[in-house]
Amino acid sequence: MLRFAPWKLASVLALVAAAVLVIVPSFLPTQAVDGIALRLPGFIPLRQIVLGLDLQGGAYMLMEVDSASVVKTQVEALRDDVRQKMRDGKIAIAGGIAVDPRGVLVRIADPAERAKAFPLLQSLSQPIGGPLAGGNGRTLAVAETDAGVRLTLTDAAIADKVRHAVGQSIEVLNRRVNAMGTKETVIQQQGANRVLIEVPGLQDTTKLKEIIGQTAKLEFRLVADPGDPPNDVETLPMQKGGATVQVQKRVMVDGGDLVDAQQSFDQQTGEPDVTFRFNLRGGQKFGQVTSENVGRPFAIVLDGKVISAPVIRSPITGGTGQITGNFTLDEASSLAILLRAGALPAKLTVVEERTVGPGLGQDSIDAGKRAAYVGAALVVVYMIATYGIFGVFADLALAVHILLIFASMVLLGATLTLPGIAGIVFTIGMAVDSNVLIYERIREESHLGRSVISALDAGFRRAFATIIDSNVTMFVAALILYLFGSGAVRGFAVSLGLGILTSIITAVTMTRMMIAAWYHRGRPKRLPI
Amino acid sequence: MKLLRLAPENTKFGFMRFRRVSYPLSATLSIISVMMFLFVGMNYGIDFAGGTQVDMRAKSGEAHLAELRATAESLGLGPVEVQQIGGESDVILKLNVQAGGDQGQQAAIAKLREAFSADYEFRSVDSVGPTVSSELVQSGTLGVVVAIIAVLTYLWFRFEWQFAVGAIIGTMHDLLLTVGFFCVTQLEFNQTSIAAILTIVGYSLNETVVVLDRIREVMRKYKRLSTAEIIDMSVNAVLPRTIMTATTVFLALLALFFLGGHVIRSFSAAMIWGIFVATYSSIFICSPMLIYMGVRAESFDKVREKDAAGAEAKAREKA
Repeated sequence: MLRFAPWKLASVLALVAAAVLVIVPSFLPTQAVDGIALRLPGFIPLRQIVLGLDLQGGAYMLMEVDSASVVKTQVEALRDDVRQKMRDGKIAIAGGIAVDPRGVLVRIADPAERAKAFPLLQSLSQPIGGPLAGGNGRTLAVAETDAGVRLTLTDAAIADKVRHAVGQSIEVLNRRVNAMGTKETVIQQQGANRVLIEVPGLQDTTKLKEIIGQTAKLEFRLVADPGDPPNDVETLPMQKGGATVQVQKRVMVDGGDLVDAQQSFDQQTGEPDVTFRFNLRGGQKFGQVTSENVGRPFAIVLDGKVISAPVIRSPITGGTGQITGNFTLDEASSLAILLRAGALPAKLTVVEERTVGPGLGQDSIDAGKRAAYVGAALVVVYMIATYGIFGVFADLALAVHILLIFASMVLLGATLTLPGIAGIVFTIGMAVDSNVLIYERIREESHLGRSVISALDAGFRRAFATIIDSNVTMFVAALILYLFGSGAVRGFAVSLGLGILTSIITAVTMTRMMIAAWYHRGRPKRLPI
Repeated sequence: MKLLRLAPENTKFGFMRFRRVSYPLSATLSIISVMMFLFVGMNYGIDFAGGTQVDMRAKSGEAHLAELRATAESLGLGPVEVQQIGGESDVILKLNVQAGGDQGQQAAIAKLREAFSADYEFRSVDSVGPTVSSELVQSGTLGVVVAIIAVLTYLWFRFEWQFAVGAIIGTMHDLLLTVGFFCVTQLEFNQTSIAAILTIVGYSLNETVVVLDRIREVMRKYKRLSTAEIIDMSVNAVLPRTIMTATTVFLALLALFFLGGHVIRSFSAAMIWGIFVATYSSIFICSPMLIYMGVRAESFDKVREKDAAGAEAKAREKA
């Protein structure tokens, strides 16, 4: 057991050398690393260790897509579709359309008319995921009752819409946040209906929340006429000032048809405004509506509040227009960003928020470093005091152990967090356990009267099973913590888990090599421990 | 060079005799822990209770606690907990979950920023809404339960069932006493505390495995001895290692406790406690359990024993 093939020694040395190379960039300034990376071929990994937000400072936000508002939007769209269908089929809806949280009731008392309406309404129900996706159920449950025809959104349809809404929200948020000019922002889905945003370096989330918190749903609607049926009219507040405006519920054109929006200045007053441009479809619709309603006021509505309600002086057929509304320059440019990025499909609620300023982050790094240095120094001294030269071997293995943890974290792209540093400090204490198991076993065997070589041999062999057993239990705990933990705590699981794996290599294999080399040099007759 | 030995060598302590003391003692402490948990409870941090926690540093160099408290309370955000940490300029301000759910939480942060950002630097802001906190409680509990089941399943395969039962009881004991520790000290219980608990479970089983491994080995060798004698012999044999490892881990944790900063202090404190409890239970709780469960050398699986003997012989040939 105390002989090693040269290739084994060579591969251990190569491993150590590779690990050193991997972690070197983490100790250089980022600019220098970027500079070197440009001159190296792309396949050479030149990465720095990723610091968690708790160490580098930044904002973390977990947001939930409001399912209720997704459903509400769907129900409203359904109502418009129903109205259109009935108009196309020339069926009078005697009792109007009643809206409830999960669907609509089309009130048709006359059975003959109802029979005519039913197949038409049934055609509104589509296979989920579009006409080509087969077999996943349909979007609507359509039922005939005495009062009329009920259309209810199915659970599957709602789940599908929420899923879409999350995907769409991520796209919109990406565009908005990029327009803010922050870098290295992470936006990703979490669970079924959540989106997480991480912005390194950001401290005050107020501005971020302003940008991401608005739905930015833009609608052009006609201001209500006294002759409109009261069911089709609603009262909306003005965005500025306390006034309210009565507008039609029907949306003529909405922001989904916008292709561009820029902050500009009103040519007459010189006030900041927003110039927008429609796509072809939106331009045509807008042109049609404005030419049919010349002389009437229409309302520009953003998230249920009226920005302004100008009178249509002439048909607007060019597909562009201006939004004015007593904006400040800042408001106008924010609105332009929001319109350009598109509306969120649903409201997002912040359910968890964590921000760490750069001051606390740096303090945590310093404290973590200090604890690691002092902890390692105590363990190193104690091991030498107890085991002499064998303690030195254990300490060398310990140094490589720490090196390997960092190197594997860099290679895996794992994030180093403050609990992660705590995990490393803990494994410093834990890693020498394998050495202790081996050394104590060697002592015991030697007390039983074995020769040096046979005590060493028996010590390594007998301790090995115990080392594996005891490390497996620890590793399982780390694995579970990784699976069930979240955020910074995962960092602890990562460093603990990696530390257990590397400590088996270093404390068993490397120590054995060093002891073998020591034995072959002097052929000692007595053990130093 | 004279080497340091913390553990006396070739000890022959009668550890098993102590079970008449250690069992009633541990039973009492476990019951007290459960009672404390039920009637006093832990000091849940915002991870699990929900709420908002702000870590602030006075720009002027000194935080005025009374003034801070008064201003914070005047904002109408419910009860406010103000606590000084570290130096005299650092304070932590804690709010309960706000009425109005997640939106209420957001409004509260905005109010705090407005009220204090002129005089204080906001070093960190954490806000956990009611939905997320209840999920964190769930996943935390589930994590601990699954970890215990997974590790015990491994022990079940690796050892005789009596050993696994001994390990379960030892682990439960450590878990209860750690919970009791959080109740008594009222240290904040948060996500890192779950990490501490799982690590303590891992460490406790690690200790147990080392002792059990030796017991099994000795049992095979000395079939004539009584179970108590075998256990005493094994515990004495691994005692130097147990003390050695507990000390190195303790040293590392000590550095973490004093130098690691306030963010992970409660974690380090719990871990230090856990190391002591786990070391104690592996010797005084798990091992004596084998006596009660009637493990005897003869009761061992003969096939397995033959396998082990064969493997050892082979290994010797190779060497």
